[in-house]
Amino acid sequence: MKWFLVAIMVAATVLSDVLQSHEMKRAGEQSVGARGLARLLRAIVQRSFLMMAIGCMAVSFFSFMALVRTEPLSFAVPASAASFVLETLLAKLVLREHIGVRRAAGALIVLAGVVLVGG
Amino acid sequence: MSRPPNHLLKTYAILLLFIAQKAAGNLSLAWGMKRLPENPGANPLAYVQAMLDPFVAAGVVALILALLTRMVLLSLADLSFVLPVTAIGYAVAAFLGKVVLHETVSSRRWAGTFLICVGAALVGSTPRTTTIVEDKSS
Repeated sequence: MKWFLVAIMVAATVLSDVLQSHEMKRAGEQSVGARGLARLLRAIVQRSFLMMAIGCMAVSFFSFMALVRTEPLSFAVPASAASFVLETLLAKLVLREHIGVRRAAGALIVLAGVVLVGG
Repeated sequence: MSRPPNHLLKTYAILLLFIAQKAAGNLSLAWGMKRLPENPGANPLAYVQAMLDPFVAAGVVALILALLTRMVLLSLADLSFVLPVTAIGYAVAAFLGKVVLHETVSSRRWAGTFLICVGAALVGSTPRTTTIVEDKSS
């Protein structure tokens, strides 16, 4: 059951972030002022992919909550870091981002750090 | 695909805002949950009731704002840039846990925190955006 929850949590997180990144780039630059946030909320309502992203985020959150009810946090946090690797790969393959050596190395160092923090 | 310098400043300002909102939200939520008279356990209604605690409510509001701020950040920078640099929040959480909540932070966790900072600094030195996306906003 725990690996099922991990798979759901990771898949939902990855899907949510890839959808968000794709849609936010298409929506154009946003800002954090009151008018900017109102514009952002409008964009969320108008763009079905962003609504789906929020739905996926909720699935990920509740999977995480279910996971930590039965498994220690020291397992749940590093397990959730698996999304980090998948997202970086999908950023390259789906979002066509350029991931150079420095960015890839930095992401791997951060991943190692997240696993240590969770462990 | 280099952007004007004001974009760089805006990206880092929003990144700092996100980290602050997330840290404040988590801290307030943790503080509020620890103040609750009873452990909510698996009862969903108990979590709704917990929202009446001002610290829990403030934490939830701060985390919702952090979510929106992260979306703004994703409109300015690549996902492969945002993911590692926002992981710095783990380091902030460890620090605040130690200083404010007086939690025990193991040497292993401090080592992880150090690695996150090094990795985030490395990613932070790369261009924030490497893609051109047609702006279809109305």
